[in-house]
Amino acid sequence: MPDVEIPIEKWTGKVKEVKLGGGGRKEVVVGGEVTLPFLAFEGSNPNLPRIAIEIHDKEPAAWPASLLAAWGDAVKDPGTWAKKAVEFGAEIICLKLLSAHPEGGDTGAAEAKAVVDKVLSAVDLPLIVLGPGVAEKDNDILPAASDAAKGQRIALGNCEEKNYRTIGAVCLSDGHIAIAKTPLDINLCKQLNIMLSDLGVPADSILMDPDTGALGYGIEYGYSINERLRLAALGGDAMTSFPIINHAGGEVWRQKEAKASEGVPDAWGNPEERGVLFEEITTSTVINAGCDIVVMCHPKAIERVKATIDKLAGK
Amino acid sequence: MALTGIQIYKFLPKTNCKECDFPTCLAFAMKLAASAVELSACPYVTDEGKQALAAASKPPIRLVTIGAGEKKIEVGNETVMFRHEKTFVHPTALVVRVKDTASADDLAKTVEEVSGYSVDRVGMTFGLDGIAIQNESGDAAAFAKCVETVSSKTDLPLILMSTDPASMSAALGKVGDAKPAIYAATKDNIDEMIELAKKSGCPLAVRSSDGLNELAELTEKAAQAGVGDLILDPGVRDLAETLVTLTQIRRLALAKRFEPVGYPVITFPGEGASSLDEEAVLAAQHVAKYGSIVVIDRFSPALVLALITLRLNLYTDPQKPIQMKPGLYQVGEPKPESPLCVTTNFSLTYFSIAGELESAGWPSWLLVCDTEGLSVLTAWSAGKFDADKIAKTVKGENVAEKVSHKNVILPGGVAVLRGELEEELPDWKIMVGPREAMAVGGYLKENWQK
Repeated sequence: MPDVEIPIEKWTGKVKEVKLGGGGRKEVVVGGEVTLPFLAFEGSNPNLPRIAIEIHDKEPAAWPASLLAAWGDAVKDPGTWAKKAVEFGAEIICLKLLSAHPEGGDTGAAEAKAVVDKVLSAVDLPLIVLGPGVAEKDNDILPAASDAAKGQRIALGNCEEKNYRTIGAVCLSDGHIAIAKTPLDINLCKQLNIMLSDLGVPADSILMDPDTGALGYGIEYGYSINERLRLAALGGDAMTSFPIINHAGGEVWRQKEAKASEGVPDAWGNPEERGVLFEEITTSTVINAGCDIVVMCHPKAIERVKATIDKLAGK
Repeated sequence: MALTGIQIYKFLPKTNCKECDFPTCLAFAMKLAASAVELSACPYVTDEGKQALAAASKPPIRLVTIGAGEKKIEVGNETVMFRHEKTFVHPTALVVRVKDTASADDLAKTVEEVSGYSVDRVGMTFGLDGIAIQNESGDAAAFAKCVETVSSKTDLPLILMSTDPASMSAALGKVGDAKPAIYAATKDNIDEMIELAKKSGCPLAVRSSDGLNELAELTEKAAQAGVGDLILDPGVRDLAETLVTLTQIRRLALAKRFEPVGYPVITFPGEGASSLDEEAVLAAQHVAKYGSIVVIDRFSPALVLALITLRLNLYTDPQKPIQMKPGLYQVGEPKPESPLCVTTNFSLTYFSIAGELESAGWPSWLLVCDTEGLSVLTAWSAGKFDADKIAKTVKGENVAEKVSHKNVILPGGVAVLRGELEEELPDWKIMVGPREAMAVGGYLKENWQK
């Protein structure tokens, strides 16, 4: 008679825990994993992956009608949008300051501060605030956003190779969390973590955004980078042992599979069903690979992925 | 785990006779370890040696074939836990289940849709891999009739699903040499099912209702009776338990070389789900985490597209992104005055932009630069898609011989390269296209004189 003895991996490393919120704001702790996602038979991961809902400081011009319709008029005002996101199950709000993009409004520090104030007073969830991703512009507006949220431990980004000194220093002085963003490259990711650490950003105040593609557009890169980062962290590499944030939902809604409602093959099926399915599958797949904070867009997909996380956790 | 050259050497005659065309037995052993030569090249290896080497070189997860024709399913032979270690070998088979209680019309419609499903991704065509037929009625004659009907309407491999040996026997009588999979042997019917599998030569799925111990007992029994082509159903259905159990099975097979679970795994996401979305998430998890055959209940083209895409993505070679050969490509039948767009040689980037140009009705020239298979922004960040590279490609591909104008459209994501490119290509007008391929039709309408 066979005797099945389950092999257990003995990991030496542990992912750092990072606490968002506080200062009157709700707190959310991510990270702390001692084994791969949801393998409860060999270790107890203390915190579940969390869903952040993406909101913008202006009505999204590029979102398809089906996604906009799911939010209604809320997308016209970031405060209203944030409240609606709470209703739809957000655990964290991810505010993107896209108006500040040089080709998308080119608004400045004062506007950024005002929007952050508005969202902070609208909801009591922890906040992630992202600039438009243009280094000079991020350097210009993120210090103001940071100042507006002083003491409330938001996550601020992105820190990229070009501007990590500025954003990292702002996080350090205002007690926020720095989001280290690198383009689908595990070595660059580790390198940026080292540089932020050298700058003095404490280990409990870094999140890694190693980037991911959507389903059909490079999800395999994001998937493997998540897995490799997590395996390295569990293997004891301190400089890959920060919680992972993936903007997986937004990636999906940039792609034709989620957007196109006509002019595509019949084999693509119902367009509304397709967009939601692509977001559900992209986000749940990166979660299974080690994502700690998944940023999402469509309320229906959010509901499903939240239920998925609970089920994976045995709830 | 493959043997090392030194381990193999112990089983060789050590005479250095050179008849294998290698100077020494050790050199031959090294080549064997690298799978660069067959053991049969050695005329003097003993039978004991052959057996020992065969046992040691046996793949930890057996390769199992379902079906007989061109579309036969091959699953198993996986060698790693994670795709970044080494490519996953046999892509998950996606199968749709029908029931013998369905009306004749519904059955015919589903079988036709499933068999005919076809979709293009990155220049390749994909479809579904098989049909599972469930003996929902419990009636042997109804099952046999249904199996006969389905097999006459499809060339896809079949999985016959019944725990009643009489039903299974009747159905097997209707499929000739099509070699469907038999699902399933359980602790209650295993002896009869083993007999059916032996008689028909079909692979046999084994289902446990009580964890891996029972599963291993059942597979050992089948293997001892001479049925080696087995498929595992550990009997778990929900997200958490499936992830844990399938991970344990893969680990036991690879790390422990525990043979009783060294077989491909079949999953039924529909049984653990109450909606299409829930089934989708389960099925996606099984594609990523160790399901070899995934049987879908809620057939929907959008779901199938998503699963085929996920499988394609995760089963690609992680060392080699799917790449296009750099060069000047034609989209449709461009004229010398048609638009000229620049892009990278990441296949998805190429197909996105080519597809959009085509569907928007713009025959165009598409200049594909060698970015080592990276997409626009990734290649740009990595310094593999810069003004120098683009200028060299424009000059190197003799674009001016085919295109009569001097306008080149850059992807909007690298608008920042415009200035440098103007310096590199002083005769050319550098235009900045949209960031997303989808917008290229609208962009050309606004900015290009037809």
